[in-house]
Formats: sequence, C-alpha cells, structure tokens
Amino acid sequence: MPKYMLIMRGTDESNAAMMASIEEGIARTRLFIEEMMKAGVLLGAEGLDDPGQGVVVDFSGEAPVVTDGPYGETKELFGGFFLLDVASKQEAVEWAKRVPATPGSKIEIRRVPGEDEVPQDSTVQP
Amino acid sequence: MGTADVEAVWRIESARIVAALTRFTGDFGLAEDAAQEAVAEALVSWPLASPANPAGWLMATARRRAIDAIRRRTALRDRYALLATDPAVDEDIDPDRIDDDVLALMFVSCHPVLSPEARVALTLRVVGGLSSEQIARAFLAPVPTVQARITRAKKTIAAAGVPFELPPAGERRERLGGVLSVLYVIFTEGSTATSGDRLLRPDVAYEAIRLTRTLAALQPDEPEVHGLLALCELTAARFPARTGPDGSPILLEDQDRRLWDFSAIRRGLAALAKASTRGLGPYGLQAAIAAAHASAPSVEATDWDRIVVLYEALGRLAPSPVVELNRAVAVAMATGPAQALAIVDELIASGRLPGSHLAPTVRGELLARLGRRPEAVAEFEMAARLCANQREREVLLRKAAQCVR
Repeated sequence: MPKYMLIMRGTDESNAAMMASIEEGIARTRLFIEEMMKAGVLLGAEGLDDPGQGVVVDFSGEAPVVTDGPYGETKELFGGFFLLDVASKQEAVEWAKRVPATPGSKIEIRRVPGEDEVPQDSTVQP
Repeated sequence: MGTADVEAVWRIESARIVAALTRFTGDFGLAEDAAQEAVAEALVSWPLASPANPAGWLMATARRRAIDAIRRRTALRDRYALLATDPAVDEDIDPDRIDDDVLALMFVSCHPVLSPEARVALTLRVVGGLSSEQIARAFLAPVPTVQARITRAKKTIAAAGVPFELPPAGERRERLGGVLSVLYVIFTEGSTATSGDRLLRPDVAYEAIRLTRTLAALQPDEPEVHGLLALCELTAARFPARTGPDGSPILLEDQDRRLWDFSAIRRGLAALAKASTRGLGPYGLQAAIAAAHASAPSVEATDWDRIVVLYEALGRLAPSPVVELNRAVAVAMATGPAQALAIVDELIASGRLPGSHLAPTVRGELLARLGRRPEAVAEFEMAARLCANQREREVLLRKAAQCVR
C-alpha cells in the first residue's frame, strides 16, 4: 500500500508562534497522534529540534564542508514529519488537514515508494 | 471535492459515525443505513459545493437521516419523542465514549450469531468503511451477493437482539478471539488468495492490518491482538519478494531477501515484543515463527530448531493438520526429510486433510529430496489437481516437470 509522508514546513514566524504556546501544541499533537493510531494509519512521527542547533554538510566542493547552523536562507524550515499508511493520496490530504499546525506553516505531502518499486540493481529491465 | 475525496473522509469517519449513531438510536441496522445514505448524498453534493467541515457534515447528515427513519417508523413514535427531547442529539461525538463504541462495533460485526462470511463483509463495511463493490472485488464475489449478505447480517443482529455494548468480562476474551479470527481471515485472503489468478491481494491484506492496528490501539493490554498484528506485519513484509514480475509465486527459499520491507519487519518485531508479556498465544507463536524467518539472512542460516519448537508449542495450543504439516516442513529443514515424511504420512493416514493440495505438495517435496522421483511427480500432479489458485498450480506442475528431468 502507498505510504505518504506529511512534511511539516514552518517559517520563523510560525515556529515562534508555536514556541509561545508549546505546552498546548504538544498536547494537541499527542491527541492527533492517538487519533491516527486508532485509525490504524500511523507508521511513524518525529519532530526536529531547533534548526539553529543543526549542522550542514555541503558537497559543493571536492571535499564535504561542514558548517554550523540552519540550512541556507530557506524561508520554510523542515520541522518534522508524520509517516502514514493510507489507501490514497486523498486520505493523506484529509489527515494533513487535521494536523494541529501553527498558522503560517505548511505541510508538504510526498508519496513514499514501496520496497518493490525501488530498483534493486543496475540491470536494465526490458 | 471528487469521489476520491469523499471516500477518503468516509474511510476515516465511517466507524465513528456508525458507532455514534448506533449508540444514539440503539439500532445498528438503522445506523448503518443512515450512514450509507449520508455518504451517498456526499457523493452527489460535495463535487458541487465542498463543506467547510466534511466530517461534521457526514455526521450531521447521517444523524438527520436516522431521525427521518425513526420518524417513519410509527411503532417507534414514542421513542422518537424521547429522542427529540434528548439533549445528546445535538452534541458532537463524545471522545471518551467513542473508543468503546468503535470497539463495540467490532464486536457486533464479528458476533457469533452471524455466518463467517457475514462477519467478514460486515466488518469491512462498517468498521473498515469499504463499499459493497470494494468488498466484492476483495473476495471475488458478485456485488449483489455481498449486499444480500450485509442486509441479512443486519437483520440477524436485530432478530437476535444483539446489544450494542462491550461483551461482559467473562465473555470478553472469547469474543475478542472471534474478532481476531475475522481479521485473520481477511488478512489470509489477501496474503494467499484462495482462488483466482493472483497470488496476493495486498489491498485486502492492508485492510486487515489497518483494522488490527485499530484494535491494538483500543485494546493495548491484550497480547494476542499484538500477536496477530505482528504476524500480519511480518508476513506482509515479505510481499514485495513473494511474486515475480509476471505475478508467479516465489518460494521462501528463492526470495531476494533484500526486497523484504524492513520497516514492516521492525514494526512486526515491536508488536511481537508486546505480545510476549504473558507467554505467547496462537497468533503470537505464528508471529514468532514469522520473526525467525524475517531475522534470518538465508534459508540455510534460519534457526529451524527454534521453528520446530514453536510449531510444537502451536500444535499443543491450537492443534490443526496445517500446523502439523508445517512442523513436518520445519523438521525436514532441521533434521532431514525422512523424519518429516513420517509425520506427513501419519497425518495423511489420519485423514485430517482431505481434498487439500497442501499435504501432497509437502509430500512431493520430501520425496524429491529423498530421490524418490516418480512418487514425487505423482504427488505434485495430485497437488496441482487439488489447488484452486492458478499461480500456485503452475508452480506445482513446474516442480513435477523438474522431477522428470
């Protein structure tokens, strides 16, 4: 069955708003996770730490270059994900609409191909 | 919003809506009819104007249809008057109660007064939110047959006066076993289609896994629910490797294990750990066997001694000729084909597997390994005659041909 990843994309503003009422946000997210578990669709969920604490490994040059801090000048920051096992993209969209997301943030929905869809070797299939 | 959007909302909401309406009206059949009317209306009206709150729209419409139906029943006029004054009518779904109501819905759908086919159809319909067309496709049955089965099932539940409630504590364990066996039947239909030209129907197996996850979330303290979930996850993990590009089955020993779904294996092992808290039940034991395969890098490196022990335990807990046959296969791998053949011959002599292709299939394998080729050919040919799945039949005939060479 198709899996879909709901990728949380916050902005500096929405992240700040989220941090302002973090307790409430955590409680609502916990309820939402429970709801998805009871619907039998949740495979995984993780939230990421402050992007300022991150490290970027850059492969532009000959050797990888490591820099501290967030990735580039991006306006939207990847903040976490839900991995869902649902029957259709529409169902993934329906769940995404129910995420207790902070105003101003966005959710990107991407399909996760199954094991049998990933090419296993370099042999060209006829 | 299109049909697929309506279906998506319906899949998420159907069990909660039917459960809440059954609680509200006290009539499971009426609740299911009203919910179906609501989704039929949604299919017509949502493409024209999307509601702001689709889930709320479905619930409100279904509730209105339920009230309409009650109003039409003159004999129930008093009850309607009662309902009309009931303040609960205008309230939303009560989150504290809805979990128990969805669970009660599962118990009603899997009630022992129903035929096994009816339990499967009703569970997929009211708990899984599948349409009659989808259920018919899943079980290769004509749509009118499925519809008639569901209608009859609802009448049976009403006639038997099955209450909408959780079974009393004394019956709970046994009734839960009934629910698990319905989910297991749905899963096995998807994982080894009993008929037709395809070996796997992953979408059917997926429904079973989804419903088992729901049950595990609602009954987290029941080890066998986690055992069944583990069994389903670990079995489904092998799906990507089980069929070739042309849909033909690939046996465990020939599977490319790199194709196994390792996240499903991880989920299966986690569920198995939860199932193991008080000793394993029949599903837990089968899951443990699946786990032994899932954690082995190859057939040769598989812990066959452990699998023999697990099959022995399973045979004591839930004796069945199929378990005995599987034990024979494990013994053949752990000890040798001669000992295994003795088990199979004893099983056949007892007459406990009449008309099944499984016993001659295993007997053919063992005879081939012992070098008794003409006998092996005869067994494979007999198995092919008895097998209803076309893909499996082709494999059996190929094996027979290989023995002749």
